[in-house]
Amino acid sequence: MDTKQQKLVQKVKKETEIKRPVFRNAVKAFFVGGTICLIGQIILEILMKTVGLEKELANAVMVTIMVFLGALLTCLGIYDKIGQFAGCGTIIPITGFANSMASAAIESKSEGVFLGIILNMFKLAGSVIVVGVLSAFIFGTLRYFIGI
Amino acid sequence: MKVGKQSVVLENVYLGETAVVTGPKEKNGPLGRYFDKTYDDLHCKADSWEKAEMQLLRDALEICLEKNKLDYSEVDCFIGGDLNNQIIIGNYVLRDYPFPYLGVFGACSTANEAIIVGSAFLEAGMGKRILVGTSSHNATSERQFRYPTEYGGQKPESLTFTVTAAGVALLQNEPATIRVSGFTAGKVIDAEFKDPLDMGRAMAPAAFDTLLQHFEDFGVGPDAYDLIVTGDLSYYGRDMVVRLFKEMDMDFSEKYKDCGLLIYDRDEQEVFAGGSGCGCCAAVTFGYLCSLLKEGQYKKILVVATGALLNSVITAQKESIPGIAHAVVLERMVP
Repeated sequence: MDTKQQKLVQKVKKETEIKRPVFRNAVKAFFVGGTICLIGQIILEILMKTVGLEKELANAVMVTIMVFLGALLTCLGIYDKIGQFAGCGTIIPITGFANSMASAAIESKSEGVFLGIILNMFKLAGSVIVVGVLSAFIFGTLRYFIGI
Repeated sequence: MKVGKQSVVLENVYLGETAVVTGPKEKNGPLGRYFDKTYDDLHCKADSWEKAEMQLLRDALEICLEKNKLDYSEVDCFIGGDLNNQIIIGNYVLRDYPFPYLGVFGACSTANEAIIVGSAFLEAGMGKRILVGTSSHNATSERQFRYPTEYGGQKPESLTFTVTAAGVALLQNEPATIRVSGFTAGKVIDAEFKDPLDMGRAMAPAAFDTLLQHFEDFGVGPDAYDLIVTGDLSYYGRDMVVRLFKEMDMDFSEKYKDCGLLIYDRDEQEVFAGGSGCGCCAAVTFGYLCSLLKEGQYKKILVVATGALLNSVITAQKESIPGIAHAVVLERMVP
């Protein structure tokens, strides 16, 4: 390819750039993500008002239920279909964490329990833990010094 | 005999019978009836995705031998490769066969790379019957290059869907209906594409370069062919090639197709921009196009297999994704 053709390639590359529907994706993510949070809130209210759990315990039980539901829908092959529609709406909530964990575990099942599932289960979800711990440290430090 | 800068005219290389084995989505696509064997389940009766892909290649190899009525002892060599690390599919399938194996890698352009190497062997008299083959599997590729299959990340419209298929063909110097009359080996072309979810466009400049070089080396234009196909540029990549040639005042979009768009029905099947993978070009060429050549619907076609030389480690280091394209001329022999 000579320089003229290289320039042509760069020109056409720019012209054919594929725009992602950012606004539409954001709207869909907002509503699906919101719905997941609403389900969580409903479970929380039931746990506190009907079952009669303390708020902190009810929170932990609700999160466990949501993680279980996320993992279950992943195993049934449904979560990735909702994810294709919702984008970040299904990744950001805790069910997304469950999905990244369960999907990695399913994928690596063929390499056995140790070299497969145990080694790879947190391949994707590990990043969430790293970022979570790091941001907890930063905000904790800030809070200590600012003294809110 | 070499012509021009990157091309060779072949005198004595023919394409014998071919075999294609695919998964369910390809079976249900528009070309389903051209494939020799299909599986209704992506697992192909194997207990891992990698073993499923091996099963596809093994089946295609066996069917190809059977259709050509060949014994193992009559095969001089098998040349092929796939998308998995260290081309394991070819390596492991060929451990069960008593003939030499040459593993080649050109990402999704592997089928044509194998044809080029095999043709050169035959032309040089280093054998009489050489098998060429390649495979890809949607789940092994997703795993190798992207995310676990059940991961809920959103896939953009530019994404190509890896074809689950294996294709094997026999190259021979005994005359047959289809002749491999020449090839143009491609250069590595890097147009600074960085998105691994937009590989069709990343390969388009390589296809453009190889096509231009092919026309120059052979002193022909698009008119010399009844059909020009690219391997797996799919919707956006093909569009880019069409536009590039229009800028050069050449328009052959009517006779220019892409295997990634032929193998699936984009309106009915959820495949995003179309098909991709080593098996895409192999399945369409060895299954569909060879049938049309044999029926006489086409007399001379140009197949340009395209590959995105993607590696997740090096792209994470902010390197771009280079592309490569190899062209092979298939001609129907007038009886």
